[in-house]
Amino acid sequence: MSDGPLLNIVDIVKHFPLGGGVLSKPRGWVKAVDGVSFAVSRGESFGLVGESGCGKTTLGRLILRLIEPTDGRIEFEGQDIFSLGPAELMPLRRRMQIIFQDPYSSLDPRMKVDAIITEPLRSIQRLTRQQRQDTAAELLEKVGLQKADLDKYPHEFSGGQRQRIGIARALCVRPELIVADEPVSALDVSIQAQVINLLQDLKDEFNLAYVFISHDLSVVEHICDRIAVMYLGSIIELATTEDFSHAPRHPYTRALLQAVPLPDPHRRTEPFAMDGDVPSPIDPPTGCAFHPRCPYKFDRCELETPLLVQATANHFVACWLNEGTGLTIDN
Amino acid sequence: MSDKLIDIEDLRVSFHIPEGVARAVDGVNFNLAPGETIGLVGESGCGKSVTALSILGLIPAPPGKIESGKIMFNGQNLLDLDRERLRKIRGRDISMIFQEPMTSLNPVLSIGRQVAEPLMTHQGLSRAAAFEKAADWLDHVKIPAAAKRLNDYPHQLSGGMRQRVMIAMAMVCGPKLLIADEPTTALDVTIQAQILSLMVRLKEELEMSLLLITHDLGVVAQMASRVVVMYAGQIVEEAGVVDLFDYPFHPYTQGLLKSVPRAVRSGEQIKRLNEIQGTVPPLTQMIVGCKFADRCPHSFQLCREKQPTLFRIKNGHRARCWLKEYPERRRDNV
Repeated sequence: MSDGPLLNIVDIVKHFPLGGGVLSKPRGWVKAVDGVSFAVSRGESFGLVGESGCGKTTLGRLILRLIEPTDGRIEFEGQDIFSLGPAELMPLRRRMQIIFQDPYSSLDPRMKVDAIITEPLRSIQRLTRQQRQDTAAELLEKVGLQKADLDKYPHEFSGGQRQRIGIARALCVRPELIVADEPVSALDVSIQAQVINLLQDLKDEFNLAYVFISHDLSVVEHICDRIAVMYLGSIIELATTEDFSHAPRHPYTRALLQAVPLPDPHRRTEPFAMDGDVPSPIDPPTGCAFHPRCPYKFDRCELETPLLVQATANHFVACWLNEGTGLTIDN
Repeated sequence: MSDKLIDIEDLRVSFHIPEGVARAVDGVNFNLAPGETIGLVGESGCGKSVTALSILGLIPAPPGKIESGKIMFNGQNLLDLDRERLRKIRGRDISMIFQEPMTSLNPVLSIGRQVAEPLMTHQGLSRAAAFEKAADWLDHVKIPAAAKRLNDYPHQLSGGMRQRVMIAMAMVCGPKLLIADEPTTALDVTIQAQILSLMVRLKEELEMSLLLITHDLGVVAQMASRVVVMYAGQIVEEAGVVDLFDYPFHPYTQGLLKSVPRAVRSGEQIKRLNEIQGTVPPLTQMIVGCKFADRCPHSFQLCREKQPTLFRIKNGHRARCWLKEYPERRRDNV
């Protein structure tokens, strides 16, 4: 086994054609993911945050090879997942799983819980029906449901319970990496807390690595060790959670953090209303994609695109300020 | 003239569905003073939206039915008004904005037309005058190049822009009360900040009251002066915003506040979130005692036998919990 990262993403690009058909050329390209690189170690929770359309979900799908990239590579334990044929890919599939946002549409309404949870097992391992049932019962108890629930259909459960079923399904093949795409966004606050705690317990128990995709900064800060911020298809900042929260370097990260309303009536802040919308990924601005909304922009930002560079040991930023190291605490 | 703009008394709304009778709103009392912002919070199905829809007479009947209660506004009971008289109030004195701006705007009418419509209906303005005023309002809610966009359709706008159009529509007649049902839930956080600051600005300009329905405790802490917490169709706690966050009385409120992941930057990061065990009971279930008893870490026998009333904790602070009468029953280690 190698000492390298579990997951290594190198310059991954995904462009979707816009319009066009079999005979006509596309009218343009949606640059959903436009050159992203990062690595995730075993047992690490890596957070991916950004607003709608920033490419975080597309990136999650690339990691699991649910879609094919336009360019770049993704290595799982050093093996490029896009170079593998179907037969070679199968053993890898067992090791990475996904949890979806919507616990209503991600479970087949006509399958019983038992069948839902063990479906990944059926396609990957040869087990008897009894062995599969035992595994399902054990997992269900791990995620806080009961053995008796195996015989029920998804509609008999609440949203939080359905999300637990989705988690049990992901765990059933003992994966090493789980991509969790907004796993608690559809849940009520008290239920969200239950599921977050469960995800943390399972991570410790199985030494799982998470790629945790969310628009909710507080949830990501709570769960993750490191956080990457995406804007219009690129990572614009990557830091430890500590640095992300206390010393953000990119003006966009700072704006995001300031926009979150704090649950504390003693600290009422004028909501930092950054003007403008996220630009279109079809026709992104020249230079830094954030410059039309950036209060710190100067000439260079409109002309040249900043790359993600190291500012301090564990802190990377793509911003021209202060010779490419972004904002400092004094700014 | 009272100091209350709107006063809801013992409102009960139920839905007659195949599974039985769902008591969506089960005896709700609260009022709003002129210029006040109340945050109405609670989880899905607690009755917060049904309460709001009742104010505007928008409960679909059947299956919905307003069983009893009064909603007093300007000296008249809104529940007694016929459709015609209610329509004169809706959009003029009381307006509402919804969570999903795409589904609550009409996709086949231009945004100018939709903002102008209340002006033509309620103030009898001519088409030209109404469109002119609509353009002013779109500009006021910061739609760029508003005059040129009057003929745009909702699908041509982003989510944040659509919500601005909704707000302009709700505001054109200068309502006394704005009901905002999860107005920023579908929006990204930077856009949410824009919409919230717009609402604060307009509320002050128009001196109107705001009933803000949300599940987001951050939004409540930043916006509301008073907070009403609902659980399973009832108010379980009501207090000034600072009291509610600093001295929550009801175990449900306490649990809710502790289950929010606090950002690291607020300096009080918690390693493990508080969980409220279990789930909300179905609204069709008849519960004899306190509706929260099954999930409550402090519950004792009386809680399961008799429903608590809203006890006065102190001035302006009420909580529906037997712990007010039996404080020694509160456990410390939870």
